[in-house]
Amino acid sequence: MIGLIGRKLGMTQIFNEQGQQVPVTVVEAKPNPVVAVLTQPSGASMVELGFGVSRVRRKSKKGERANPRGHRATKALVGHAARAGLSEPPRTLRSFRLDEMKAPPALALGDTVDVSIFAVGERVKVTGTSKGRGFQGVVKRYGIGGGPNTHGNTKHRKPGSVGAGTDPSRVIKGKRMPGHAGAARHTQINLRVEKVDAEKHLLYLRGAIAGPTNGLVMVRKQG
Amino acid sequence: MHPFIETQKEWLRTKIPPFRAGDTLRVSVRVREGDKERLQAFEGVCIARRGSGVSATFTVRKISNGVGVERIFPVHSPLLADIVVVRRGRVRRAKLYYLRHLTGKATRIREKKLRVSVPVTETPPA
Repeated sequence: MIGLIGRKLGMTQIFNEQGQQVPVTVVEAKPNPVVAVLTQPSGASMVELGFGVSRVRRKSKKGERANPRGHRATKALVGHAARAGLSEPPRTLRSFRLDEMKAPPALALGDTVDVSIFAVGERVKVTGTSKGRGFQGVVKRYGIGGGPNTHGNTKHRKPGSVGAGTDPSRVIKGKRMPGHAGAARHTQINLRVEKVDAEKHLLYLRGAIAGPTNGLVMVRKQG
Repeated sequence: MHPFIETQKEWLRTKIPPFRAGDTLRVSVRVREGDKERLQAFEGVCIARRGSGVSATFTVRKISNGVGVERIFPVHSPLLADIVVVRRGRVRRAKLYYLRHLTGKATRIREKKLRVSVPVTETPPA
């Protein structure tokens, strides 16, 4: 499904025509350049979009600090972007499948996709990476109720039984246990587009989406 | 960095009289009945203001037929036709939740005397 790569700006509320307050998440999605148009051997066709600008390795001048520090685009990425006519390689690349769409948009290298592909009232899905919570117990991680706090109880935030005894003599795979929570890919579906600001490249989506402020999100059309 | 507050600008009301907790307000609310629209006034003491930006709200409390009634209005709601400050009260805190436990005379709020500069009138020599 065609979509966009954007940045979560945060949550606020707006008033609709009826004067009702609507909770919205604001997503900034500057026009995404088409970096590649791909067709998989399986017949799946997809379009690769870029987001942001990546730092590039270059020769250091005299008296200057060598190269820009941190993440730099590889030569392969620079070349990949140059083939799409981009002078600066994007920071992030994401592919969107087009073959599931009834009327896939005709996109070629050099095109850009912007927020105007979305219309007010449309439903979208938004994929982000949820905030990391670290190592958590089952109460926070899975919402298991835990035990009572009083009346002589000693199992306060414990998961309780993890399975039967002699048969099967093991814990079934996938049993919900304590561990690392959050920082996982999460897709929120059925979010209503409340407003599209094509000038500022903003999308106002009803409800909450995964991830921190300034987090990278993918907004996709829903089938 | 995109200033996030900019995204709210479109919904902010500009004509809001300065008021705070303790002030008596008359709020005109747009009420839809079928396809007709009329204004309904709600007059009472503002007991709290909270929030910032487009999400800011204020609470108005009044005694209606002997029953305490509170309404929370969004400051920037387009349903509010008008906010009029009827009386300014002198109070020493920002949230007047203690009024809920008081009845009758105890709920009175002293009026804030504003310093008004009286224009100098020259008395004509007799």
